Amino acid sequence: MAEVKVTPRPLSPHLQVYRWTWTMAMSVFHRVTGTGLYIGIALFAIWLVALAAGPQTFDAVQWFFGSPIGLLILFGYTWVLMHHMLGGVRHLVWDTGRGMEPGERMNMARFTLIGSITLTVAIWLVAFLLF
Amino acid sequence: MADNRMSMRTPLSRVQGLGASGHGVEHWWLQRLTAIANIPLIIAFVLIVAALAGSSYDEAIALISHPLIAIILALAVLSVCLHMRLGMQVIIEDYVHDTGPRLAALIANNFYAAVVAIACLYAILKVSLGRILV
Repeated sequence: MAEVKVTPRPLSPHLQVYRWTWTMAMSVFHRVTGTGLYIGIALFAIWLVALAAGPQTFDAVQWFFGSPIGLLILFGYTWVLMHHMLGGVRHLVWDTGRGMEPGERMNMARFTLIGSITLTVAIWLVAFLLF
Repeated sequence: MADNRMSMRTPLSRVQGLGASGHGVEHWWLQRLTAIANIPLIIAFVLIVAALAGSSYDEAIALISHPLIAIILALAVLSVCLHMRLGMQVIIEDYVHDTGPRLAALIANNFYAAVVAIACLYAILKVSLGRILV
């Protein structure tokens, strides 16, 4: 073979080149929320291990989650969880080959955001009213 | 590619039907399987955590050690840890290109998922069995 000429390959455009759309935003959100849940589950592990460790450790951890910062984290975590769940349902619908049309895609993406906010508020209202 | 000179078969025909080492669909399938399992388990998890809000140590022990609650939580931990391990693996493979850091990240991902899963399961079991044995 003759010597291979290395020409720089064209790069695909980066994120900032594209106009943001609902579907693109929700796709990015799905990964971001997944990463957030990945890190955040450590908090649940800490809570459980503290419970197993005994009353003193548990009270300290429970105090933290009841503090304004703790509640804010829990509220944020609820939204991230609901968003990732609805986003996941969207992916499961796509796996069946449905919901691929432009209008359907956009509506499902919008529903993911609106649905996750609605569910989060509903969960916290129920939690405050019942418990 | 060196093999190509020895064989009349095309590279395509030699790999067709093998997928990635013959089991390429496993990752995809387990991600979906755990995603479906996560839906009811997470709904139950959210209700359990909401019920735990502001609870005392004794109340929390009583709730977590209930067999139904303990089993649901254990299932949720298993399903979620498998799911998040697969998800993070894809993210690492997409964004970490250099072999060294990529390998380190993939190893760390597996260790993290295992530590979270074992910590949660151990705590659930200790709280539950502790009440039976005492």
